[in-house]
Amino acid sequence: MNLFSKLFYKYRRMSKVVRLYLLISGPGIIVMLADNDAGGITTYTATGARFGYGLIWFLVLLGPAAYFVQEMTVRLGAVTKRGHAEAIFDAFGSFWGWFSLLDLVLVNWLTLITEFIGMTAALAIFGIPAWLTVLLVCLVMSFMVLRGRYWAWEKLAFLFCALNVIYIPAAFLVHPSVSDVLKNGMIPHFPGGFSSEMFFFLMANIGTTIAPWMVFFQQSAVVDKGLQEKDIPWGKFDTFMGSMFTVLVAIFCVVVTGTLLSGVNIQSAAEAAILLMHVNASLGTLLAIGLFNAGFLGAICISLASSWAFGEVFGWAHSLNHKVREAPWFYACYFITLLTAGGVVLIPHAPLVLITLFVQVIAVTLLPAALVFLLLLLNDRSIMGEYRNSLFQNIVSGTIILGLIVLSTLYGVSALFPSLFPA
Amino acid sequence: MPFRTFSRIGTQWKEFSEKHFGKILEINQRYAKPRIQTNRWVWATLLFLRLYLLLLVGILFFKFFSLL
Repeated sequence: MNLFSKLFYKYRRMSKVVRLYLLISGPGIIVMLADNDAGGITTYTATGARFGYGLIWFLVLLGPAAYFVQEMTVRLGAVTKRGHAEAIFDAFGSFWGWFSLLDLVLVNWLTLITEFIGMTAALAIFGIPAWLTVLLVCLVMSFMVLRGRYWAWEKLAFLFCALNVIYIPAAFLVHPSVSDVLKNGMIPHFPGGFSSEMFFFLMANIGTTIAPWMVFFQQSAVVDKGLQEKDIPWGKFDTFMGSMFTVLVAIFCVVVTGTLLSGVNIQSAAEAAILLMHVNASLGTLLAIGLFNAGFLGAICISLASSWAFGEVFGWAHSLNHKVREAPWFYACYFITLLTAGGVVLIPHAPLVLITLFVQVIAVTLLPAALVFLLLLLNDRSIMGEYRNSLFQNIVSGTIILGLIVLSTLYGVSALFPSLFPA
Repeated sequence: MPFRTFSRIGTQWKEFSEKHFGKILEINQRYAKPRIQTNRWVWATLLFLRLYLLLLVGILFFKFFSLL
């Protein structure tokens, strides 16, 4: 075989591999990029503005943590062919099942409101009124699900995922010093020492990287996509790629505000975008578009996570491959969640700050339960068979989950009783 | 006349609850027996979760009443 034949053979083999990956990829990348939602972008921009590049090393550590948690949902979904809510009902009985389902629906609804807050704030920068933003978002989201195909929804979701990486070119626009980023960002340290404010920021970054809805969403998406046991390695690779992207977006977001707004105390990503408009109009515009897209990406995933969970438990047809008349309750649940969350943002003087606080606290009650159930399910031989956790996976996942439970509890308590943590 | 109205409301409520809450009872029956193999480790973990959630609910109630 001559050199050209060999090269052609290798090219054909590689293109087959890439095509196969593109066929199976989706849930992992979408869930991980949707994780950089409006709340996430707000947290990253505020982190960069407050501590400069100083906490980039912490974001790098969160990538593997998110991967190890989410890859378990791929295996569980592919083996059991059940969503996470149904798997909890089946394995732990109705008490834990109802607890998980109702807590998930509540926290998802509240998170969806925060996505709408982010989207309306982002488009308000361009003079678009909140009611028009809500209307446009609801229309586009309806269009996405009413096509009656999971693939069609996934392709459109990928488009918004691609927009989520807008922070990467934005970071190049600010011309950061690479040596400063590496020197200040990659060496683990706590800029200004460990304080309650630092702790709050660390917790907020953890909270935006690993959220309960992600566990439910990815498992349901794996089932709806029809992944089989043989697809697990690809599903894991998809999750790995997603975790890389989510960390990259977070880092570049921190670089943007860390370069231009270092030392400024900002409350939201929209505020950062407005401040950046004064420095560089195109950069501020990119940041505002990125914030809207982040909220939108979060909204399309979160609203589906609730509908899938309800459908699984109540036995309704619950797939995006069904038309509205074939799965009326699934779509009714989707639209009720969407419209009510959008409606709350339009209520004059709605307690939006209180809602944001509630999201943090209620997510804390669901996260440990969801993660503990996940670990127990992945260790059950009768459910997982040969795909159950190995000792290494148990040590890594167990350590991550234990750490998350302790830290998220402290975060929840600190949100309720800020005076308990000295400055 | 009022008796007839109340009776009709009662019947309608019964039909409604049988139709909708019946599904919940059915789900409770379907998942009455947990499938997971219960060993000491699983039992201890679920007990920890119960206590943890009770603690959190307690903290939430305390915060709520201290705000009143």
